[in-house]
This record gives sequence, C-alpha cells and structure tokens, in this order.
Amino acid sequence: MRVALFLTCVNDTLYPDTGRAVVKLLTRLGVEVDFPMAQTCCGQAHYNTGYRYEAEPLARHFSDVFKEYEAIVTPSGSCGAMVRELYPRMGERARAEGRGGTLAATLAPVVPKTYELTEFLVDVLGVTDVGAYYPHTVTYHPTCHGLRGLGLGDRPRRLLEAVKGLELVELPGAEECCGFGGTFAVKNSDVSAAMGADKVRNAESTGARVLCAADNSCLMHIGGTMARLRSGMRPVHIAQILASTEGAAA
Amino acid sequence: MSGTYLGMPAFPEAARTAVRDATLRGNLRHATHTIRAKRAKAVSEVSDWAALREAGKRIKDHTLRHLDRYLVQVEEAVTAAGGIVHWAADADEANRIVTRLVKETGESEVVKVKSMATQEIGLNEALEAEGIRAYETDLAELIVQLGKDRPSHILVPAIHRNRGEIRDIFRSEMSEWGRPAPDGLTDTPAELAEAARLHLREKFLRAKVGISGANFVVAETGTLVVVESEGNGRMCLTLPETLISVVGIEKIVPAWRDLEVFLQTLPRSSTAERMNPYTSMWTGTTDGDGPRTFHLVLLDNGRTDTLADEVGRQALRCIRCSACLNVCPVYERAGGHAYGSVYPGPIGAILSPQLRGTGSEIDASLPYASSLCGACYEVCPVAIDIPEVLVHLRERVVQGGPVIRHGNKVVLKPAKGHAAERAAMRAAQWALSHPGALRTGQRLASRTRRLHPRTLPGPGRAWTGSRDLPEVPAEPFRDWWQRTRGGRDGAK
Amino acid sequence: MSSRERILGRVRRALADVPRDDAPYERAVGRDCLREHGERTVAETVELLAENLADYRAVVHRCTAGDLASTVAGLLAARGSRTVLVPPGLDPDWLASSVAERVPDRAGSTAHELDRIDSVVTGCAVAVAETGTIVLDGSADQGRRRITLVPDHHICVVRVPGQVVSSVPQALERLDPARPLTWISGPSATSDIELDRVEGVHGPRTLEVVLVDDQSRDEVRS
Repeated sequence: MRVALFLTCVNDTLYPDTGRAVVKLLTRLGVEVDFPMAQTCCGQAHYNTGYRYEAEPLARHFSDVFKEYEAIVTPSGSCGAMVRELYPRMGERARAEGRGGTLAATLAPVVPKTYELTEFLVDVLGVTDVGAYYPHTVTYHPTCHGLRGLGLGDRPRRLLEAVKGLELVELPGAEECCGFGGTFAVKNSDVSAAMGADKVRNAESTGARVLCAADNSCLMHIGGTMARLRSGMRPVHIAQILASTEGAAA
Repeated sequence: MSGTYLGMPAFPEAARTAVRDATLRGNLRHATHTIRAKRAKAVSEVSDWAALREAGKRIKDHTLRHLDRYLVQVEEAVTAAGGIVHWAADADEANRIVTRLVKETGESEVVKVKSMATQEIGLNEALEAEGIRAYETDLAELIVQLGKDRPSHILVPAIHRNRGEIRDIFRSEMSEWGRPAPDGLTDTPAELAEAARLHLREKFLRAKVGISGANFVVAETGTLVVVESEGNGRMCLTLPETLISVVGIEKIVPAWRDLEVFLQTLPRSSTAERMNPYTSMWTGTTDGDGPRTFHLVLLDNGRTDTLADEVGRQALRCIRCSACLNVCPVYERAGGHAYGSVYPGPIGAILSPQLRGTGSEIDASLPYASSLCGACYEVCPVAIDIPEVLVHLRERVVQGGPVIRHGNKVVLKPAKGHAAERAAMRAAQWALSHPGALRTGQRLASRTRRLHPRTLPGPGRAWTGSRDLPEVPAEPFRDWWQRTRGGRDGAK
Repeated sequence: MSSRERILGRVRRALADVPRDDAPYERAVGRDCLREHGERTVAETVELLAENLADYRAVVHRCTAGDLASTVAGLLAARGSRTVLVPPGLDPDWLASSVAERVPDRAGSTAHELDRIDSVVTGCAVAVAETGTIVLDGSADQGRRRITLVPDHHICVVRVPGQVVSSVPQALERLDPARPLTWISGPSATSDIELDRVEGVHGPRTLEVVLVDDQSRDEVRS
C-alpha cells in the first residue's frame, strides 16, 4: 500500500517530533510511508477565517500532491476534517456559484482516502495494540474536529488503553472545546484563554501528568496555557505515545 | 431590530468584560451545566431522536422552499377561522400595526407572553412611546423588565441572574410596577415564583389585551401554537378580549401532523422536559371561549433577506429552543449580552448578522464568536449546521459580495479592519502554494529560534497574553526527512 | 404596493433557485419517526401515564367507575374546597358525593369571579402516556379554557384506557385542530431561576389526575 504522510504545515514547522513518531509507528507496523515534499497546507485556516477563495488553490495543490497515493494519513483531526468534510463543500459551493464542477472533480479523489491517524490504525490496519510502552498516567482530550467532525469515537481511547504501562484517566468535561479554534484564539483571545484555563484545570484534577490529544494545534494552545499557568502537566500528541516502545521513548 | 443594541461594542470587547465578571461566570456555568446533563437525558429517552431531527429539518426546509404558498395558506385559514391577518415588512411597520390595534381597543396596558419576535422589533419601547404599558409576564422576562436589564438567553432571558440578585430586584422594583414583593422574601426559587404569581395575578385578571408570539403556525388549519411552562401564556392567550400575535414568517409548518415532530423535539431540547407544562393551540376565535378578536401579524424584518442566502437560509429552521446556547463554551463564558442582540449564542451569531446585515461592528464580529467546535450543530433539533453558516458569514465579512438587504440586491464591500488579515492570508496562500517558499520560511524560523521572544508585541499579544509560544524546533520535519531519507539512514 | 405583496414578492425572489418541480410535501417530508416508543400492553401504557404524570408533580389517583364519585369527593374534602367549578357537560354523577358548592360556569363569569373558586373538576379529551400529558379540547365536560386556569386546584378525570394513547403522534390524530386545545403536563412550572425546575406559578398549582377504569364500559383500545 502506498501511504502518504500528510503531516500538516503546523506539524512540519513546529512539531517535527510528531512527524517522526508517525513514521516510526507506521514503519513498525509494516507500512511503507512516503512524505511528498511538495505538500504544504490543506487551507483550513484560510477557509475557516472566511477566505474560501484563497483556500481553493491550496486544496487543488493538496489534491495534486496526494491524489496518486492509496491512503493519506494525517496526525490532525482538524486537517483531516478539512479534507473529508470541507473539500466536498468547497466543490459544491463553486458549482452553486456557477463556476462548474472542476473544483469538485479535482478534489474528489483525495476525499475518501484521507484518514486521521487513529482511524487509519484502527479501521485500515485493524490494530488497537500497536506494541507501545508508555509508563505514565495520561488523560485524553478528544479534539472537536476529530470528535464531532470525523466521528473518531473511541478509537483513540482503544489505542491508548492497549499501551503497556499507560494508565488512562477520565478527563472531566472532555468533550468541551479547549478554546483554540484557529484564528478564534487571537480574535477572541479572552474567551479562548478562559476556555483553555478551564481545560487545564480539568486536566489537572485528574492527577495525570500527561494530556494527550490527536491534534497539535489544540495541544499548542493547551500546552501554552499549561506553561503560562505553571502547570506540572505536559501536552503530548497521541502519535508520540503510540510510537514509544520499551527502552526507546519517541 | 430594537434600537437598544445599536452601538454595541464588537463581540470580543463585550466578552472581555463578561469573562472577568466572576459572578456572571458562576451563574452561567451553573445554569448551563445543569441543563446540559438534563437535556442529554431527555433526548436519550427517545430512541428515534435522529429521525425526529431529520424530519424537523425536512419539514422546515420544505416549508421555506415554498414559503409564499404557505403564507397565503396561513392567511386563508386564519381568516376563515375568524382571525384578522396583517403583514409587516419590518420592525417599524409591525410596531405601528400593533400600536394601532391596541389603541383601537381603547386600552392603555397590555399583558405579554414571552415572545422573541416582539423583543426583536422592540415592541415594548414602541408601545411605551405611545403611552401604552406592556407588562412582561414570563418570570424571566419580568426579572429583566423590573431590573431594567436586557435579555441574555432565548429561553431564560434572566439566566445571568442568580437567585439572590432576583430577590433583590423583586424587593426593590416590584412596587414600582404594581403589587410589591411580599415582606421577608427569601431567595428560594419557590418563594420567588410565588412573588411573581402574586404580582402578576391582578394584571392577568384585569387584562383586556394580550400580546404573544407563536412557536408554530399550521398552514393547513390556521392553528397557532404557544409552548410554555408557567401558565402566563395561557393567561394572556385566553383571558383578554383581544389577542395580537406577532409571528415571524418562518414559524409556519405545513400540516397539523407536523406538530408531532416538534412537540417531541422542542421541550426536550429547551427545558429538557418530556413535555413542557402547558401548550396552547388555537385556531382563529372560538365562540364563548377566549378572545373575541384575534389578530395575526406576519413579520418579515430581514427573514426574506436571510431566505435569499442559499447557505444562510437554514438559520430560519430555528425553533428557538436554546440548546445551542446551553452547550456552547463561548456563550458560557461570554454571556448573552456580548452578542448584542435578543438572539444570543451560536444561533444569534448566525441570525443577527443575517437579519440585521453585517454593517455594524457587533454584527460583523459575531461570525467570529465561535471556535467552530460543532457542539451547537450536534444538539440542534433541526440540524442547523451553525459552523457552516458562521464560516459562510465570515466570508461575507471579509470578501463582501452580493447580498439581499430589505428585499434589494446590494454588493457589500469587504469589511474594514480586515485589510491586514487579508494581506496576510493572501501572502500565506502564495507561500503555501510554493513549497520552496514555505521551506525558506521554516528554515529562517529555525535558524533564529533562540532569538524568538516569549511574548509578542502588537496583535501577537492576543496569543501570548495568556499562552506561551511553542518553541521552534531546530529543523522542520521536511529537512529531517530529506536528511535521513525518512529515518532510513538511522540518523536522528 | 401593500406589505403583503412586498413580502410575498421578496419570498419569491429569494426562492429563485428552487426548481419548479421541487419535491412535493409528501415526498419532501420523510416519515421515518416512530409512532410510539417501545412496546407496551394497555395496562403498561396506563401505568406509564401515571408514572410520567407523577414525575412532573401531578398527583395521580386511580379508581373504578363505581368509586369515582367518592374519590372526587374525598379529594375536594381533603383540599378543604368549599366551591367547585363545574363545566356545563360534566357528568353529574362525578360530583354526586361531594358537599362542595357547585358553581356552574357561565359565559358572564369574570376572571375575578373564577379566581374566588377553590377547585375545578373536568374530564379530558386524551391523555399521552409517554409524556405524562392530558389534553383538554373545550368539550362540554371540560368547559372554557379559563376555568382550568384560574382556580388553583384542578381535578382532571381520565377514563383509562379508553382516553389514553402512547405518544404525541397518536394524540394529534385524535384531536380536532379547530377546537381550542390545552396540553397540560403537570402543574405549572418554571425553569427561569438558574434553569432549575420549580413547580407552581400561574396556572393551578395543584393538578390531581384521577384515572378511572372504564373497561367495564368501553372496549379496550391498544
């Protein structure tokens, strides 16, 4: 199977460790991963801020880069949701605006084969025990676009529960947004910060030392809040936990 | 819409004040968390919830797609049943019609059932200006009216007040409006409800004119439906001699049978009950029972403009249940007043900029008053994809383009204040369309990473005011990938 | 141009994108919803009605047709009611055992007069088990809407199982929209203080529902 890693621009630039963890994890599971160097950004930030026309060339570029692969795996619920949920909508809107069906046709091939990482593991590879070892108490925050957009359900939880040494503890108010929301975090920074602080307080109340999520954008916000509040907790992407093995932390 | 809200600051500024108000935060957190759990339980009792939600959506969509036909049908059916139908293109016209109808009765006071439509048009203020006093009779509306306050929630307009504050308002203000609060009134909800009962009773018993909205109007039969809890609705709908109902044109459902969907979804979504205590249904007038004269005022006030927007029109499906407010993390922290409209919360953030246009500062800021977390869409009993409409309205704000205002096509210019953002978005789009440019930027960031400040000046402060910045890594992933051939070289 | 024409014109222009052959009502509106939730025997449906009425603080009593008069008399006596409002078509047998003064409802009765009456006794049009709702339709045994609103104590007699349906959809089928309808689920209540439910605001603060067994008279309906 030709699998492409769609790492996302944020991870590529700021969280290369997550990318390395995905490569290590998938390689360990016998998947040959490619990282198409021409990849950039799915256009989500543009689209969600109201710049749909600016997002369109990015979506076309995404499709050009990834359309030949059999599966496209991304360690981001929100970027995954952008491709799966919003690319079809962009195509529909272009059609409704009388611009014909070319955008829809261009984007169509990548939509069904784009998977968020935990989906790919559970649904495509059919594994929940990935052979990981992570001797820490962890609480899991389901990010909004993974939870409500992609419908990841209990996949991340099942993967974490199978990790040796890991104790998973329930996060109160888990399904409530952390307050990141892309440009929301700066346009409405007061409300965003209040949501982030509440998320951190809830995480701290679990006694876990690690807050895990499947999206580094949310973790950037939560982690930044943790650092500012001098919380003893740290944010860790689920890929890094799943890639960890005995004697070799990712 | 009501003039009360003109000149409101943009949402972020209004929300900033609310976020820092510890009492308000506590009140909202308590109330919304209470109702969230109850709603989830009430919904879980109904095994076909998804089908009911889909049916509600389809009924409303179908009605909206043939609204001209159903409006005429409503007019015919209501008239045939003894009612008198009026048409109001905007708030001013609706207020003029209602004022005239009240004056024709010779009365100078009216009792009101809680109604979003009359709040929206500022009816009480319009009546007051003509010497007619309107008494709000819903408990929460009474609290707002006595407290000279503004509503902050669709279902519970006084949600921002806790029991102690309500007691203080009753003690100090009731005597101004009629029967004073009982001596020694405490803050127990039962006593507060009793105080409201005593205060309003004399007004109900002497009222000659009632004013209401409606939750539903059935085109097939001309039946109006008001869903309520306290009995104030029944009082206003049945005791007065004249009843005037002001109803948005989107409240229509085609058939009697369609109520089976909404009478199951609305109570569970709003008050989290299997059924609300009282639902009144009336068709025109009935000899010897209830008002002898019934007027129905059909209100447009921006609804047809909203209808013209193929993405935004789904907002007209709204049945005003408030589930989206109760579940919204932004509403919970910003409070209803920050939305600058009688329609707060997620639904307000898509309704107000459509009903009023995006011309004012507050209306242009509302589409951004959301983290797009999707909780609102998940609970909406008519499946309004609120995040979709929010993003659509963001487009309208930043890109401008053709819209319908007051029935006429106008072309909006891109909103001011977004020029820098637009330039940045376009620059980013260019860079991201050229992987080489992206890489150059990434490398520059990595090379200078030791120089990055922990807090940013200017607009960047919005991030670093409450959060640390992530550290920029020594090299972007793509450099590692290329250097190690995807880790196959074994290099770190 | 009248506002009627203006609004209808705006609507038609707004809907320019809707195709002429758009799906008609029957096809556009799906009917995949359940007619009732769960399978119950007739007795279980009546039991569910009683449970749900009580859950929303209605006081539920059950009796046989033969005991109805004494049950109603007992409720009025326990309340200390001296006057009871009587809709024009109420079965006189229902009040045969009560000593309370019967006040017939008259068209001329003012709201203030009704406010001085202690209790009202009515029948109902239909009762909904799943929601714990009784529906009044202004028939002669229920009277004008105001008589079940202003007095503070309402005794409503439901013939079971004949008047009981499982669900809201079934209730709507039985009702005539041309009549003024009042759906009542427990005594009045409010959630306006901190979104917490408190019973008893403007309508009758005490709602007593008497489920009277009519199996001897009516055929059992499922």
